[in-house]
Amino acid sequence: MIDILIRVIIFLVAAPILGGLLDGLDRIISARMQGRIGPPLLQPFYDVSKLFQKQTIAVSKSQSLLIQMFFFTQIFTGCLFMAGFDIMLCFFILSTGATFLVFAGAVTHSPYSSMGASRELLQMLSYEPAILMTCLGFYLAAGTFKVEELVLSDYSLIVYLPGFFVAYVFSLTIKMRKSPFDLSTSHHPHQELVKGITTEIGSRNLAFYFITEWYENIFLLGVVALFIINKNPWSILAAVIVVLLICFLETLIDNTSARMKWDKMLTLTWIVTLVSAGTNLLVLMLIK
Amino acid sequence: MAKVKRSPWLLHYDGSSCNGCDIEVLACLTPVYDAERFGIQNTGDPMQADILLITGGINAQNQAVVKQLYDQMPRPKVVVAVGVCACTGGVFKDTYNILGGADTTVPVDIYVPGCAARPQAIIDGIVKAVELFQMHMDNHEEFLKNPDEYMRKNHPEVELKKGDE
Repeated sequence: MIDILIRVIIFLVAAPILGGLLDGLDRIISARMQGRIGPPLLQPFYDVSKLFQKQTIAVSKSQSLLIQMFFFTQIFTGCLFMAGFDIMLCFFILSTGATFLVFAGAVTHSPYSSMGASRELLQMLSYEPAILMTCLGFYLAAGTFKVEELVLSDYSLIVYLPGFFVAYVFSLTIKMRKSPFDLSTSHHPHQELVKGITTEIGSRNLAFYFITEWYENIFLLGVVALFIINKNPWSILAAVIVVLLICFLETLIDNTSARMKWDKMLTLTWIVTLVSAGTNLLVLMLIK
Repeated sequence: MAKVKRSPWLLHYDGSSCNGCDIEVLACLTPVYDAERFGIQNTGDPMQADILLITGGINAQNQAVVKQLYDQMPRPKVVVAVGVCACTGGVFKDTYNILGGADTTVPVDIYVPGCAARPQAIIDGIVKAVELFQMHMDNHEEFLKNPDEYMRKNHPEVELKKGDE
């Protein structure tokens, strides 16, 4: 019981720090790819601390509450994951939390954030099958949904689940809101969508949104690590390396591709999910 | 008070500019000048912006837009007029459709002259705006109590500083 508590507290403290540093690293690497020097590593923290100090303007009263619900559910997901609970449960709570963000966007009635909100729903529709398949793959490979038992398996689960890994990493680009799948937020300014779902979110609420994103990213990368980690302690090092490589890959994809239309995103994600995870599923059912 | 000046986010609005200044503003973000080194981000969203960058003069059609953009920005905020048209109206000053510089509609803090304003001058202006942004933040409480008096008290000082350098 005590070790679960310690793990959760470590997650609560370390996840935003790691998430912010990864974000800063992402911005520096992006800048270097574009031939620029880029901002300092701690820039995301400067941004968030500034946002907390600015005057709070909420277009709708319920907006702040919805953003905070989004904040707490995403953190709760990460806590459940670190405590070693059911991976399926984690993803269901993650998706429930994501709908709060959709509401926070839609409640303002601004055309940009309403459009961002409906696009966010489409994104959820795209990545949800891949994520559910991943949970299923974990169960078929290890015979359990529990994270604490999954990390103690004899071999790294990626040995059984390469196709599921591909599908999961593919949907990670959508989940992390990176180009070409940044349909709902458009993180590069001066586009047709302004800032998408976050257009009407400013100051303190935006700071909460950023911190939530850091927690969420760390949880999602934690699932990537779950593919690698086995009962050998050295596998943790391998997992860290794989996670960093995935982060670099996401930055590379982000900087080399333009935004897709939603119908293309939907078909592409579902095809990748069905082909790679589906084939893997069939093979796994035959050999297991 | 924490250093907010490390993270100034810009909102760039093109009034009735000929696009000369706009191109120079965007040039600030390119690899040659790389304004992101100072944490400067060009956001298209007034709700998230700290510094309003206006290029071009004000006319009857864009006056309401500029006013609304300014009102949507959360306090504290700084306005920078880039280019001679945004400063005074420039060569279009006496035209029937131009009301004048940006200060006819919103309180302008920093004037960056030039036609078109050079990227170096724009970055200089933004750096000054960032200092002012930090100062506003430091005195936020005082500012909230009586904005007019605060502006009267603090703005001449900034103008003086500008002349000294």
